[in-house]
Amino acid sequence: MGNMVKLIVDGTELEVEEGTVLLDACLDHGIYIPHLCHLKGMEQPPASCRLCFVSIEGIAHPVPSCTLTVREGMVVQTDTNAVRGLQISALRLLLSVHDVDCAHCPANKKCALQKIAKFLHIGLKAKGLEIYLKEPRVVQDHPLIDYYPNRCVLCGRCIRVCRAQNGLPLMSFAKRGFDTVISFYGAASTLGCKTCFACLKICPVGAITLKTPNS
Amino acid sequence: MISEPYDQEAGQAFRSILREAMRRRSAFKEAVLPKIHIGMSTCGIASGALETKNAFETALNECGLSALIHSIGCIGHCYAEPVVIVERPGFPPILYYKVTPGKARMIVKSYLAEGDPLFEHLLGAMEENDLIPSVMDFPRFSRETRVITEKCGRIDPEDIYEYLAEGGYAALAGVLGRNPDHIIREITESGLRGRGGAGFPTGQKWMLARNADAGQKAIICNADEGDPGAYMDRTILESNPYQILEGMAICAYAVGARKGTIYIRAEYPLAVKILRCAVEQARVLGFLGKSILGTSFGLEIDLFEGSGAFVCGEETALIQSIQGDRGMPRHRPPYPAQKGLWNQPTVINNVKTFALVPTILAQGAAWFKSIGTETSPGTAIFSVVGSVVHPGLVEIPTGVTLKALILDICGGIPNKKRFKAVQIGGPSGGCLPEELLATPIDFDSLTEAGAMMGSGGMVVMDEDTCMVDVARYFLDFTQKESCGKCTFCRIGTFHLLRILERITRGEGREGDLEQLEELSIQIKEGSLCGFGKTAPNPVLTSLRYFRKEYEAHIREKRCPSGMCRALTAYYIDLEKCARGCDACVGSCPVEAIFTTEDRKKAVDQSLCVKCGECMVSCPVEYSAVKKVSPPHLAPVILRPVEKEAKKNA
Ligand SMILES: Cc1cc2nc3c(=O)[nH]c(=O)nc-3n(C[C@H](O)[C@H](O)[C@H](O)COP(=O)(O)O)c2cc1C
Ligand code: SF4
Ligand code: SF4
Ligand code: FES
Repeated sequence: MGNMVKLIVDGTELEVEEGTVLLDACLDHGIYIPHLCHLKGMEQPPASCRLCFVSIEGIAHPVPSCTLTVREGMVVQTDTNAVRGLQISALRLLLSVHDVDCAHCPANKKCALQKIAKFLHIGLKAKGLEIYLKEPRVVQDHPLIDYYPNRCVLCGRCIRVCRAQNGLPLMSFAKRGFDTVISFYGAASTLGCKTCFACLKICPVGAITLKTPNS
Repeated sequence: MISEPYDQEAGQAFRSILREAMRRRSAFKEAVLPKIHIGMSTCGIASGALETKNAFETALNECGLSALIHSIGCIGHCYAEPVVIVERPGFPPILYYKVTPGKARMIVKSYLAEGDPLFEHLLGAMEENDLIPSVMDFPRFSRETRVITEKCGRIDPEDIYEYLAEGGYAALAGVLGRNPDHIIREITESGLRGRGGAGFPTGQKWMLARNADAGQKAIICNADEGDPGAYMDRTILESNPYQILEGMAICAYAVGARKGTIYIRAEYPLAVKILRCAVEQARVLGFLGKSILGTSFGLEIDLFEGSGAFVCGEETALIQSIQGDRGMPRHRPPYPAQKGLWNQPTVINNVKTFALVPTILAQGAAWFKSIGTETSPGTAIFSVVGSVVHPGLVEIPTGVTLKALILDICGGIPNKKRFKAVQIGGPSGGCLPEELLATPIDFDSLTEAGAMMGSGGMVVMDEDTCMVDVARYFLDFTQKESCGKCTFCRIGTFHLLRILERITRGEGREGDLEQLEELSIQIKEGSLCGFGKTAPNPVLTSLRYFRKEYEAHIREKRCPSGMCRALTAYYIDLEKCARGCDACVGSCPVEAIFTTEDRKKAVDQSLCVKCGECMVSCPVEYSAVKKVSPPHLAPVILRPVEKEAKKNA
């Protein structure tokens, strides 16, 4: 075990190993911080979901906790107004482009969005924002997997585990802006998928599903 | 100040190259032939400089005259392209503007053959004299301070000897062998701030990279210039690539890098070609390569042609792109100077930043600091486009006011229109109104006003511009260019765009403005990179300075400048319409214009697509076509048949 550092989170002192990511340290100690894109143990956090903000003493603006490593004497607040404000707006933006149809989604009851919405006390129907969905609703160009763009939160976890498993990612982000989606490079490179399905397992929502006979 | 070579051998090698450069230059200068300098950058070529050059050659042949034709870069006066400077022995050099092939023939026949300088076609003489007014009588020339572009438009960008003869590479020769800390200190003391947008102190960035303890280090020149309407970097690359290469070599020496990359837009084919040529020439003469000027310091520079995504100009995305990944920004820190390309400490600077370095070292930090303002010393280059009389590239000392730049130096607004707003800093900049024209141009003042220096794009807008539509235009750009990585920028700017689109269509609602503001602030606070953090600026500034215009769109369904098509209508004033005239009828693409009972014309509002062609075609003496907003102000005139039908019903 490496050196230990002490930090204070929401008034409680934690003792964690040096080099630990702040988000992991909090989660390990039962302090929940909403998060979607973080993958424990992977280098270079994408910091893309913009949910895991915390306030750090001495830093004016909230910072994503997945981008920080613990420091001796660090003083962290996970529930300031500024933090919650950003988290709620990020989640509402995600929900404004989300096909909220939990009853027909395989992720129902284990979905990260449901969990975060419950934690932040907001409903799944984004209030005040128009809802915009992408077409097509399902992308079926992979021989084994279907992809649902309006469920996907574009956290990129699938791409990263795919790269970790296969050395090369067999999938990537495609297009820009609102139209951004996950795309498989085409059937030729998907032979290995049969025994992997890492992307499907890591998806925090139900955006990647096994092809069903009737889908 | 670093003026004398320090390393004996490098000094010797440099002096012998310089002798050759001076010999070539004297041969050119002392030739008794007339000299014709033609601006051959992208802007010149787009205006027909190649044809002009051919015309000169043909006319010279026809008249049996000889002259030296000399290709130069761009002098920045876009309104005057193709620009030609003619030196005839016995006369001062004369600058001719908009030199078409016809004008080229006239210059040869009248001026070169007969000695008539064609006063009606010249802009002025390039030096003071008794015969011809000097260009320095114009503010567009006299108020500029050329530091970065000092040699642009004076040298052939494909001849390294011309750069050398103008003092080029003296700074690099002087630097070799010196303590890198001294070089960085000089840059730090000069107060140089990066010209790529954010204005980060260059010396500090270099120090960070120098102090990083790593085996290999890298430097990158950011030439991904992607702002719509901005082309300063392209012009420098095309007009004087050597100065950038020299700046990069000095930087590499100072931070301890042996590998440099120029990330350039693939859409700049001429700049790529000229840069490749420059790298090759620099290598041949020993200003690049394993052993620069015979010393142990070596530097290789490669070109990387970027795919053209705007966000690839952001430094971390740029690095991803070079590494073969999708150009998406990543969280900072670590900053590239700590961990950049292939995880090596990497200095990334803009084209203009590198181009400033040799001059600062040659003339000294104190000299540089004496130009412009205390906190943003030096000069700034803007590409001023839009509604101005003399658009183009302008280099001015920082601290000059927007008013002086737009109204004096660039000649103000054409067609007797009123100034309305200026958009500074590209798509992420802000729209500033007339009240803020007194703002001095420097990093901090512009940021305070809600705009930013950006990389130097400036769009001037006149009274006919709708500010809501301008905000919509920029958000459309941002939304299309957002890399899609982070939630706020990807989805937030999409909502902004949709709301703005609704407002310009006349479907704005109460509460829209508050929502625009709220979303904008969230996007700024929550986004991952500089792109999202600044993308709402056009919305926030136009709301701050032109709120009434938004309100008119929403509450009265009125577009005050009459630009939003859904909110305007064209009609024909029957009092003014000339009986029997049908100038407008043929101009309408959808046959919406019909003849009334008393043989005048009227617009069928249900067919009209609001292109405004009828207004253009109506003879000025009648000026019968009117544009109104909101559209219900247009009087309803029925077609004769409809009237009949109504009567019968
Ligand atoms: C969206 C975005 C686009 C950018 N585009 C450019 C660009 O085209 N050219 C450039 O030099 N810097 C650009 N930058 C700034 C770079 O990230 C970086 O700060 C700059 O190249 C550093 O050089 P400097 O210190 O010389 O200014 C951009 C930044 C952002 C956020
Ligand atoms: S498919 Fe799932 S894991 Fe992949 S980006 Fe979308 S939400 Fe994330
Ligand atoms: S702010 Fe926009 S451009 Fe920057 S990382 Fe986020 S989505 Fe990409
Ligand atoms: S988990 Fe930190 S930004 Fe997504």
